[in-house]
Amino acid sequence: MEHYTMSLTLKVWKQQNSQDKGRFETYQVKDISSEMSFLEMFDVLNEQLIREGKDPIAFDHDCREGICGTCSMYIDGRPHGPWHANTTCQLHMRAYKDGDTIVVEPWRANAFPVIKDLVVDRSAFDRIIQAGGYISVNTGNAVDANALPVDKDKADASFAAAACIGCGACVAACKNSSALLFVGAKVSHLALLPQGDPERKNRVLNMVAQMDREGFGACTATGACEAVCPKEISLSNISRLNKEYLAAGLEK
Amino acid sequence: MLNSKIPAGPLDQKWTEFKGHCKLVNPANKRKLEVIIVGTGLAGASAASSLGELGYKVKAFCFQDSPRRAHSIAAQGGINAAKNYQNDGDSVFRLFYDTIKGGDYRAREANVHRLAEVSANIIDQCVAQGVPFAREYGGLLSNRSFGGTQVQRTFYAAGQTGQQLLIGAYQSLERQVALGNVTMYNRHEMLDVVVIDGKARGIIVRNLVTGKLERHFGHAVLLCSGGYGNVFYLSTNAMGCNVTAAWKAHRKGAYFANPCFTQIHPTCIPVSGDHQSKLTLMSESLRNDGRIWVPKKQNDNRKPSDIPETERDYYLERRYPAFGNLVPRDVASRAAKERCDAGYGVGTSKQAVYLDYADAIQRYGEIEVSKRNLQDHSAETITRLGKEVVKEKYGNLFDMYEKITGENPYELPMRIYPAVHYTMGGLWVDYELMTTVPGLYCMGEANFSDHGANRLGASALMQGLADGYFVIPYTIGNYLADEIRTNAIPTNHPAFDEAEKSVSDTISRLMNIKGKQTVESFHKRLGKIMWDKCGMARNAQGLQQAIQEIRELKKEFWSDVRIPGAINEMNPELDKANRVADFIELGELMCLDALNRNESCGGHFREESQTEEGEAKRDDAEYSYVSAWELKSEHEWQLHKEDLVFEVAKPSQRSYK
Amino acid sequence: MKWSDFFTSSVGKKFVMGLTGLFLISFLIIHVGVNACMFADLSIFNPADDGTMFNIAAHFMGSMVVIRLLEYVLFLGIILHIVQGYVLEAKNRGSRSVGYDVKMGNRGSKWYSRSMGLLGTLILLFLVIHLAHFWVKARFTESLEPVSYRGVEMHNMFKEMLIVFKEPLVVVIYVLGCISLAYHLAHGFQSAFRSIGVHNKKYNLMLTSLGYGFTIIVTLLFILMPIAVYFDWVGYHN
Repeated sequence: MEHYTMSLTLKVWKQQNSQDKGRFETYQVKDISSEMSFLEMFDVLNEQLIREGKDPIAFDHDCREGICGTCSMYIDGRPHGPWHANTTCQLHMRAYKDGDTIVVEPWRANAFPVIKDLVVDRSAFDRIIQAGGYISVNTGNAVDANALPVDKDKADASFAAAACIGCGACVAACKNSSALLFVGAKVSHLALLPQGDPERKNRVLNMVAQMDREGFGACTATGACEAVCPKEISLSNISRLNKEYLAAGLEK
Repeated sequence: MLNSKIPAGPLDQKWTEFKGHCKLVNPANKRKLEVIIVGTGLAGASAASSLGELGYKVKAFCFQDSPRRAHSIAAQGGINAAKNYQNDGDSVFRLFYDTIKGGDYRAREANVHRLAEVSANIIDQCVAQGVPFAREYGGLLSNRSFGGTQVQRTFYAAGQTGQQLLIGAYQSLERQVALGNVTMYNRHEMLDVVVIDGKARGIIVRNLVTGKLERHFGHAVLLCSGGYGNVFYLSTNAMGCNVTAAWKAHRKGAYFANPCFTQIHPTCIPVSGDHQSKLTLMSESLRNDGRIWVPKKQNDNRKPSDIPETERDYYLERRYPAFGNLVPRDVASRAAKERCDAGYGVGTSKQAVYLDYADAIQRYGEIEVSKRNLQDHSAETITRLGKEVVKEKYGNLFDMYEKITGENPYELPMRIYPAVHYTMGGLWVDYELMTTVPGLYCMGEANFSDHGANRLGASALMQGLADGYFVIPYTIGNYLADEIRTNAIPTNHPAFDEAEKSVSDTISRLMNIKGKQTVESFHKRLGKIMWDKCGMARNAQGLQQAIQEIRELKKEFWSDVRIPGAINEMNPELDKANRVADFIELGELMCLDALNRNESCGGHFREESQTEEGEAKRDDAEYSYVSAWELKSEHEWQLHKEDLVFEVAKPSQRSYK
Repeated sequence: MKWSDFFTSSVGKKFVMGLTGLFLISFLIIHVGVNACMFADLSIFNPADDGTMFNIAAHFMGSMVVIRLLEYVLFLGIILHIVQGYVLEAKNRGSRSVGYDVKMGNRGSKWYSRSMGLLGTLILLFLVIHLAHFWVKARFTESLEPVSYRGVEMHNMFKEMLIVFKEPLVVVIYVLGCISLAYHLAHGFQSAFRSIGVHNKKYNLMLTSLGYGFTIIVTLLFILMPIAVYFDWVGYHN
C-alpha cells in the first residue's frame, strides 16, 4: 500500500447548542496522511483550531473500532461515509485524494435533535428499548443454559439481528427518518429466541408505539437503511417486525 | 491494617458461608435505600439492574450518550465459565486454579474461587436474557478453547461476545428504568465522591451537555468505571475510558492497589504514525493458526515475500518449543518487543512483527483437497481452498485488518505489535468489594481483585458480570442493613457544598490557565513516558526518571494547558482535561508501584528480575502481597501490604519452554 | 390493543397501504385482462373482431351485481390508499425539519422507491382523466353509442376508445400515466408484501422478481392500448 499525504477542504456543520440555528463552516487541513482514520483527521483539525484560538468541532466518538455505535457523521451525503458496512471511526483517509472537499453534517431527524455541532441526542433509542426491548428475567431466576436447545439457524439469525450497534445511521439515511430497522432488529433478535416468546406480542406493540411517540417516520422500504448499516442488518428484520406487529395487533 | 474480610472456613465453602450469614435488608427498607452506580459497562449495568430488581432506588451514571456504549462492548473473544458442557474435565476448581496461576499468584484466592463458582450462573442468566451465544447444530451452546487453556470453557458470540453480553445487561437495565427502579443519567461524569462522617454518601457529577455540576445522594456508591489503560495514551481502550472516578475516590481515601499491573496484548495492529489516536486489538485466536516471525537480518527492508524461509526467525517457536505461538499474552508481547528493540522489527516504523497465515492456508488447503477427493492438486487450488477455510474462521478479523491498514492479509503477512489492553490494578476492595472508604464499592476492571498480575483471556467479561449480577446483590446488603436508619441526606449538606466547590474550583482553575498547549499534546507526552519507562519492561532507573518527568509534566500541564470554550456548555476539551489531569497523577503512582515491586510477575516485568535466559522471575519471598497505596499528599503515598496466602493453589514458577 | 391504535400506528398505516395496494394490484389484473380483449382485433388474431370481445367483456363487468358491488369496495380501497398515502407522506416529511445539504440520492435506494408519493399523485391525476374518459361516460352519461351482440344491447366502449385515443395528447398522457404506474408498482409490489409481514428471504426474492415481471407485463399491455389505436393496429377494418 502506497501512503500519501493530502490537503482537504472541509465543510462542517457548526451549531453552538440545541437552540442555535447553526451554519456550515469551511476549514482547510494539510498534511493528512492516507493512513489516518477519518476521526484522526478531525483530531488534527481540532488541535489546529485550538492552537489558533478557535472553537474545535464537537463530535461523538468512543471505541474507534466500529462496535460501540457512538460515532455519527453524515459524510458527503452518506451516514458513516463512502465505505460499505463501515462506521465513521473505521473510515480511513485513503478513501480520499488530495484536493477533495468533504461535507460533514450531523444525523438529521427530529427525533435526534442536535446537541452541538455534529453531536446529536439519540436517547430516543434508549426509550424504545425501555418500552420492551428486553426479556423480563430477574437475576438469579435462570434455568441451566442448556436446558432449552435453540435451533442453530434461528440462533444465528437472532445474533445477526442483535449485532445492531444502535448508531442511528438507518434513521439518518432514511428519507422518512424511520427507526424501523433499529426496532426491527431488536424485535427480531428477541422474537427468534424461545426465551423471548412469552413477551413477544407486548414487546412489538409497545416498542412501535414508543417509536411513533418519538417522532420517527414510517417505513417505505427503500432499503437506504440497509445499504448504510455498518453491521449489515437486513431489511428482512423490518418485514419480520411487521409480521410480529400484525400477529400481535390483530390478536391482542 | 487492611482487612480483606475473607470468610473463615475451607476455600470452597467461603462464599456459601458468607451468603448464609450476611445481613439482609427487608423489602420495605430497600425502597428507602438509594444506591449510586457510576459506569454502565458489564459490571455497572448488571449491578444497576440487579439492585433495581431487588427494590433499591438506583441512580446510574455514564459519560457516554447511552449505557450501551460502554467499552465492555468491544470485547471480542468470549467469556469463561466452569460449565463443563464439553465433558473435558473442567470444574470450578480448575477455573479457579487456572485464573490464579495465570495471574502469576498475585490474586486473592477467596475472590477468585468465588468468581469461578458463580461463572456458571452468568451463562444461565445471559442465555435467559436472550444473549445469542454460538450454538451447535443440536441447539446446545458451543464452546471454544481460548488463551492456551487445556479445556474448552469459553462461550462466545462470534467475535462480538462483549457486545452481546453488554446489550443483555443494558436491556435489563433499561427494563428497570422503565419500571422506575433505576434512574439513568447519560452524558454525566462523576467528578467527586462526597464523604460524610467517614462514609461515602454521594457524588458530584458534571452534566456534559450543559456543563452544570449536580449533587446526588446515595446510601452507597458503586464505582464500575473501568480500567485506566488510556494513561498510556495509545491503548485498545475507547477514547473516553478514564480513571477519573476511581482517582477521585482514591483522593477521598480509597486505596489504589497494584496500579503497575498492566496487560499488554500481543496481537494488535501497529502504530502507523504520530496521528494515531488508538490501537485496535485483533483477537488472540489469530495465534492459533498464524505463525509469528521477523527477518533473521537486522533492518531487513525486503518485502516479506522476498525473504526466504531460511532467513526468517520464528522466534516464539524457537524460544518456547512447547507452546510456540501460543505462549501467554505477556510472554508473547515481551518477545516481540525484544526482537524489535534488537533491530529486527518490520514495516515502516520497525515496531512490528509478522503474523503469517501462508502456512495455515497451505495446510488447510491440503486438508480440503484430500477431504473433497479432488484430482486437482495444483498450488492454486490448494491456496484457493485454504483461503476459503481461513476466511470462514477469521474472516471478520482479516476484514478489520484490511480496513485499517489497506493491506490484504490473505496475500501479505499481517504486521502486529503489542498494545496496552487491560489493567489488572485498580481500587483496593475487600471480599465484599468495598474499598477502604465505607459505603464505597468498586467493581469490574476498576477494582484490582481477581486477575492478579495477568488476566487470562475471556475472564474480564466473567469478572464484570460476576461482580454485578452475583456478588454485589449479596454483599451490599451486608452494609446497607445497618443503614436503614439513615435518612436520605439532603444535598445542601456542607459536605456536598464543599465537594462541589472543590470540583468547581478545579474546573475554573483549568479553564483559567489559558496556556498554549493542547490537552491532547499533554496526554500524548504522558503516554510516551509511560510506554517507554513503565511499559512492557521496566527498570529502577527508568522508573525514577519517569516519576521526575511526570512531575514536571504535571507542573507544565497546570500552567500551560489551553482549553477552549466555556464551562457551562458541552465542552469535550474540558472533559478531556479533567481526565488527563487525573491520568498524570495516576502515572506517577504506577511508576512508584512498579519501582517498589522489584520482581517480575505477570504483566509486570522488571529487568532486574529475570532468569539468565531473559525470562520473568517472580519473587514470592519478598513480594507475595497486594500493594495498596494510600494518598497522603501531593506526590506522597503510603504503601499498605495485604499479604497473599495460598492455602490451596501453591505457587509455582510458570514455564512455557 | 384497540383497533384505532392499530390503524393509527406507523406500522398499522403501512399495513393498510400494503393491503389496499395489493387489492388494487389484483384489480389491475382484471382490468388489464378485460382490456386486453381489444387485442383480439389485431391482424394476427381476428381483424374482423372489431371490438366484439372487448365490448362483451366490458359489458359483463358492468352488469354483474357482484362486480358492481366490488366497484364500491374498489373505490373505498383507492380512497383509503390515497388518503393514507398522503397522511403518511406528511408525517414522514415532517420527521426531518432540517434537511441535508448533500443528499444521499441513489446510493442505497432506487429513486422511485423514494418517490412513491409523487408517483402516486401522478397516477391520481391520470386516474381522474381516465375515469372521465370512460367510466363516467359509461355510468352517468348517455353519450355512448349502443351496440348489440346476439340481441343484447350494450355500450360500444370499443368505439369510444377509438375516438379518445385518436388524440395524440391523450395518448401521451396515457403513456406517461402508465409509466408512473410502472414505477409505482416496481416498488409497491414487493414493498406491499413487506408491509404485511412477509419476511422470509426466499419468498422476498421470489416476490421481488414476480413484482418486476408483473409490472412490466401489465404496464406494457396498458401502454399498447392507446398506441395500438393511434396507429390503427386495431379498429374497424371493413
